[in-house]
Amino acid sequence: MSDASELRRLMATEGDAVFENTSGFNRGRYESVAGLSDYEELKTEARSIKEDAIERLPELVDRLRETVEENGGTVYVADDAADANDYLRSVVSDRDAERVVKSKSMTSEELEVNEALEADGVDVVETDLGEWVLQVADESPSHIVGPAIHKSREEIAELFNERFDPDPPLESAAELTRFARDHLGELVEDAEVGVTGANFITADTGTMALVTSEGNARKVVSATDTHVAVAGVEKVVPTVEDLQPFVELIGRSGTGQDITSYVSLLTPPVDTPVVDFEDDETPLSEATADRDFHLVLVDNGRMAMRDDDELRETLYCIRCSACSNSCANFQQVGGHAFGGETYSGGIATGWEAGIEGLDTAAEFNDLCTGCSRCVEACPVGIDIPWINTVVRDRINRQKGDDDRFDFLVDGLTPDEEPESPPLQKRFFGNFETAAKLGSATAPLSNWVANTGVARQAMQRFLEIDPRREIPRFQRETLVEWAADRDVTVTDPERSVVLYPDLYTNHVQVERGKAAVRVLEALGVDVVVPPAPSSGRAPLSQGMVTTARDHAERVADRLLPYVESGHDVVVVEPSDLAMFHREYGRLLDDDPYEQLAVNSYEVLEFVYGLLENGATTDDLRDGAGERVAYHSHCQQRTLGLEDHTVAVLERCGFDVATSDVECCGMAGSFGYKSDYYELSVAVGDELAGQFTTEDTVDRTVVASGTSCLEQLDHLLDRPSTHPVQLLTKR
Amino acid sequence: MSTSPVDSLVSAVTALDVPCDRTTPEAFDETLATHVEQPAVGVELRDQSVSLDETAVTVDPTPAALKRAHTGVTPAAFAIADYGSVVLPSTDDGAELVSVFVDRHVAVVDASDVVPEMEAAFERFEEHVADGTGAASNVIATGPSATADMGELVIGAHGPTEVRVVVVEGDDE
Repeated sequence: MSDASELRRLMATEGDAVFENTSGFNRGRYESVAGLSDYEELKTEARSIKEDAIERLPELVDRLRETVEENGGTVYVADDAADANDYLRSVVSDRDAERVVKSKSMTSEELEVNEALEADGVDVVETDLGEWVLQVADESPSHIVGPAIHKSREEIAELFNERFDPDPPLESAAELTRFARDHLGELVEDAEVGVTGANFITADTGTMALVTSEGNARKVVSATDTHVAVAGVEKVVPTVEDLQPFVELIGRSGTGQDITSYVSLLTPPVDTPVVDFEDDETPLSEATADRDFHLVLVDNGRMAMRDDDELRETLYCIRCSACSNSCANFQQVGGHAFGGETYSGGIATGWEAGIEGLDTAAEFNDLCTGCSRCVEACPVGIDIPWINTVVRDRINRQKGDDDRFDFLVDGLTPDEEPESPPLQKRFFGNFETAAKLGSATAPLSNWVANTGVARQAMQRFLEIDPRREIPRFQRETLVEWAADRDVTVTDPERSVVLYPDLYTNHVQVERGKAAVRVLEALGVDVVVPPAPSSGRAPLSQGMVTTARDHAERVADRLLPYVESGHDVVVVEPSDLAMFHREYGRLLDDDPYEQLAVNSYEVLEFVYGLLENGATTDDLRDGAGERVAYHSHCQQRTLGLEDHTVAVLERCGFDVATSDVECCGMAGSFGYKSDYYELSVAVGDELAGQFTTEDTVDRTVVASGTSCLEQLDHLLDRPSTHPVQLLTKR
Repeated sequence: MSTSPVDSLVSAVTALDVPCDRTTPEAFDETLATHVEQPAVGVELRDQSVSLDETAVTVDPTPAALKRAHTGVTPAAFAIADYGSVVLPSTDDGAELVSVFVDRHVAVVDASDVVPEMEAAFERFEEHVADGTGAASNVIATGPSATADMGELVIGAHGPTEVRVVVVEGDDE
């Protein structure tokens, strides 16, 4: 696992280049998909094509084999990497090939094709410029689409100048490109075998799609006489027409290009004549297309993933890189930290768990904080955070911490986990217990928690970073406060149950009080009953069984209110996201839907009231007060940022918003010693947006507990929940 | 007045910084000449309303001549207006080689072969598959080759650095 020093090193050496590229791709994605009027429809179509294709995969592979053979090619289904490599070696050896030229293929990286062929004395040349840079530098890809994005132009120039000693030395990106093109062009023209990947392959016609920009794949295929396409078995789709949504989505989702320069739709062997580039006698039309084509479909764990209800979705992945680019953590550290043997970014957990095993996934899986921004970005809507959660759960069960320190936390960790997850995960996963104890014994608990001795113990046993402030528990919880007051609304317009989430109930009690006051001011009857915590905390630690137990108890507690006509109002966005998203996986359909349909984020609910006749007269007049608002990652994925902005604006506030994907705190993530510096690096992007000339004097508001903690930690001015701006007193 | 597919194509291609000309069969030779820099090679403009016969383009070159060429002229089976893309068939006379192993690629497309958007393009691919009329392999090409792998965006990687699109409009268009 990447620890603090390794992450620090990568941020220092590769972080700037990775950030510049990935955040640029991410911005490009937003701009490019905005130009697509039927974006959501295309995503839905792409998703259903993949679901259907994976469901029917064995049948499609059979069909594809027949089609390719009819076309004059060969299909080989390889069980694993060794099997695939043996087949490739035999093709190369049968052709008596001295040189194999390759276009970019992550699947060939997975198989380690180059090493296998080189061991036979074959000259293997990567022709994708990024891959070639890495081949020269002897490094591994840090990104599934832009493999060398961690290297700056200056570093590449230094590498080429040292290795090839060109005169004059190379400097600009254009010079580097021209040099590489000329050098590789010669090597391509007299190579015998061309190896490509395939983004998609259609069973009906044997047509493969190659999505590229440089033109090297076109040259690799047309200049050689033996073409080997290496692709994961999941790349098969039923028909040529099925390619359309993917062609429209893949470039936009990945690097933010509406379409890449070249989308090759090849039905090999291709009709292009095979030529000798030295030949000055024979016209092109008189040369023949005497070509061999081999399609190597790679299983290597994929068919087992297909049988695995939790990992199956991974196979819908089209390797566009949207989940890497939209990930705030990935933007800082890149794929050398946030990646396994081959794949990187959020979806890599699924790929690496399925292909390499849990140990490899465990190396980087904790870098997914579950912020869910990738779910919206993914063109096939894969629930990447869920895959990460499930794999984390499996890792917990496999590893089990040794029990040396269990006595310390057993009382604090009454979880439902059959095997023992690591101590730190159990502590954060059972945070409800700590919070209850903390409130019951406040302020003593706060004094003790922040003493040197306690902090040392937390650092040593729980690896909680000493630079973080520990949350200050309130003696009087929101539930207690609410129970002690007289009901002020008579003849209510609506009745709601305000869900006392863990933080609103024990720590940020003032925002809960403000929520009650705002709702009551708008004529709503509010009850705040005691309720179990949502299960977000254990879920984020991969403790699925414990989270399910929470979900069931929450549903038991809240659904009677729903049945009696109450709406459920939630202050903490990450808990609302549980109700709307993860509870779908933790509860039966019926209670899930009842709770999801009837629960609202607090300002979403206020927005609804204002839309339905309530006026802002009973709320505080913003009178032009300038605020800087950071929505919450999961709130944005639910599409609920705009409601808060609209309410604030209706009340007369002047609102500027952040556009970072996440604050970086992400619940417990920013507390952990290994991740503190990464968390702060992510948070600094947000803090930077709130200290510009336009924003530096604005009142800071944020919807999430974590976001508020992070902003308080990084800014010199205080921050509050937006609902606290709306109370009249 | 609604925008025709050709209008959309021209504006999409132009937005890619790719020079795009509309011409007629009569004016084709003259128009093409403005886009060709010698040495220039090409393949026969199969199924098109115009030919390269009277132009300064060497049709059906040797591989060595192709390697020396600056400009390559090939037909596009059709064009996709929305994206500014041309669809380049891989034919047995080496169109794919002539379109990719040159510095400047000139694609020639009949106005009647411009489809409005990607959905229509794939309907056309389906037709090709169903009745075997089109090439089995095609490249949807959009602008020049490019790379971001050398630290910043560079136009002109392995494929052509420059692209030109010539749309030929018949009398009834």
